[in-house]
Amino acid sequence: MLRINRDKCGYCGTCVAVCPEDALELIDAYLSLERECIGCGICARACPLGALEVVHEE
Amino acid sequence: MKSSYDILVIGGGPAGALAAKTAAEAGNSVCLIEKRPAIGTPVRCAEGIGKELLKEFVKPDPRWISADIESARIIAPNGTAIRLDQAQAGNEVGYVLDRKVFDRELVWQAAEAGADVIVKTRATVPIMENGAVRGAKVLSAGVPADIRAEVVIAADGTEAQFARRAGLDTTVPLREMMSCAQYVMTDIDINAGCTDFFLGNEIAPEGYLWIFPKGNRTANVGIGISGRKSREGTRAKDYLDRFVAKNFPNGKTIEAIAGGVPVCRPLPCTVGDGLLVAGDAARVVDPITGGGIGNAMYTGRLAAQVASRCIEAGNCSKEAMMPYDTEWRASKMGAGIERNYKVKEYFVTLDDAKLNALADSIASISFSEFSVLALIKELIKRNPKLLLELKALKDTLS
Ligand SMILES: Cc1cc2nc3c(=O)[nH]c(=O)nc-3n(C[C@H](O)[C@H](O)[C@H](O)COP(=O)(O)OP(=O)(O)OC[C@H]3O[C@@H](n4cnc5c(N)ncnc54)[C@H](O)[C@@H]3O)c2cc1C
Ligand code: SF4
Ligand code: SF4
Repeated sequence: MLRINRDKCGYCGTCVAVCPEDALELIDAYLSLERECIGCGICARACPLGALEVVHEE
Repeated sequence: MKSSYDILVIGGGPAGALAAKTAAEAGNSVCLIEKRPAIGTPVRCAEGIGKELLKEFVKPDPRWISADIESARIIAPNGTAIRLDQAQAGNEVGYVLDRKVFDRELVWQAAEAGADVIVKTRATVPIMENGAVRGAKVLSAGVPADIRAEVVIAADGTEAQFARRAGLDTTVPLREMMSCAQYVMTDIDINAGCTDFFLGNEIAPEGYLWIFPKGNRTANVGIGISGRKSREGTRAKDYLDRFVAKNFPNGKTIEAIAGGVPVCRPLPCTVGDGLLVAGDAARVVDPITGGGIGNAMYTGRLAAQVASRCIEAGNCSKEAMMPYDTEWRASKMGAGIERNYKVKEYFVTLDDAKLNALADSIASISFSEFSVLALIKELIKRNPKLLLELKALKDTLS
């Protein structure tokens, strides 16, 4: 599951551009997971501010 | 907002604005949509541009110029500086813009030329018929609508989702995404006429850190690092915070932004049936400098010119619009991107010792031109062995 920390996010769209699944949507000033996420973590790596985290449920 | 136009432009950045303005001036009915509530904010840019390049598209205006740049320095990991001065250059170096005002001005010019401009309106998916783009489904302040068009110009920046949903793969590989953070800082000691670029794997791995003045004691202080170097604790923001704590401990941050610069090769094809892709969405940023404002304006304008011709001729198929793709690839911009991509691929392999040695070899030279090409030529002159390592470049260095 992808956790978005909206307090950290700077709504820059970097994560949107690297997501291989086109799962993210930057809707003017907030980021939203709109489609199926495969939990690859690429977006979390690219984020300049550390606003994304893939959390694996037990 | 009407339900049908000759040309629909998606995105209100420099690419979209130039596209809409050019298309409207050619007599088309044009609509530009921008998903954000205000054009130009938040800024995703360090705002530097060469004067000559800028003047190809718009007359410089003090209302959106923050600083006039007279010199530039590239600073190697060991502190060696390579310098360019306006006096030596004989021509002018560059400006640091105020993009909030600049982007608005460009969109205002598009509106003035007759284009409809609609903010807080996001293209969600293309309207597709028999594989051709025929417009966009949009959400306008939350209200769904269809906007049909003969040609859609996708100028939706780094996100580039419109072309992606029309079937062109715009995904940027992690290693080719520059992950960026920037502070607009004030009350700092800087040289107000000089832009600084800091290199090194400790400072900005596979990228650089910049100081672009915006006034006497104010500057954009920012950094871009390769996505593959970005991890918890070593993100762009971490490197920037470290640099700022060391160099500007008493500075004040009046704006904090993030951003992503795609430094991959351009899309393999920037045209589809009824579709043209321009600016960052087409991935036409300079892979070495990360500069994309001028390239966005150039491709936006060219896309509108080609679209206008095709609409007039009644054929907006991919084949009919291919001259757009062919022309920008053959242009000075296209050739420069291809060359600088190869240079970038070489430079990201260098460790700090090698960077220092290269910088030392050209530190004493008075540069009359501060282009990547001029620097590379000089580097090769002093380090002939480089040419072996840079084999791929040989043909392009003419
Ligand atoms: C940190 C940083 C520093 C930079 N520094 C420089 C520099 O110093 N000099 C330089 O030349 N370049 C620089 N660049 C690059 C430059 O900012 C871009 O190349 C330039 O803005 C590209 O213009 P554009 O019109 O293609 O895209 P953008 O300016 O990004 O505009 C795209 C617009 O489309 C909108 N949009 C996106 N999706 C949709 C949708 N679905 N529907 C409607 N609207 C949509 C976005 O909200 C945005 O406003 C920098 C970039 C970054 C991130
Ligand atoms: S990359 Fe990070 S800061 Fe930028 S929009 Fe995505 S989550 Fe927000
Ligand atoms: S984890 Fe992977 S699939 Fe999920 S949003 Fe991030 S990049 Fe996309």
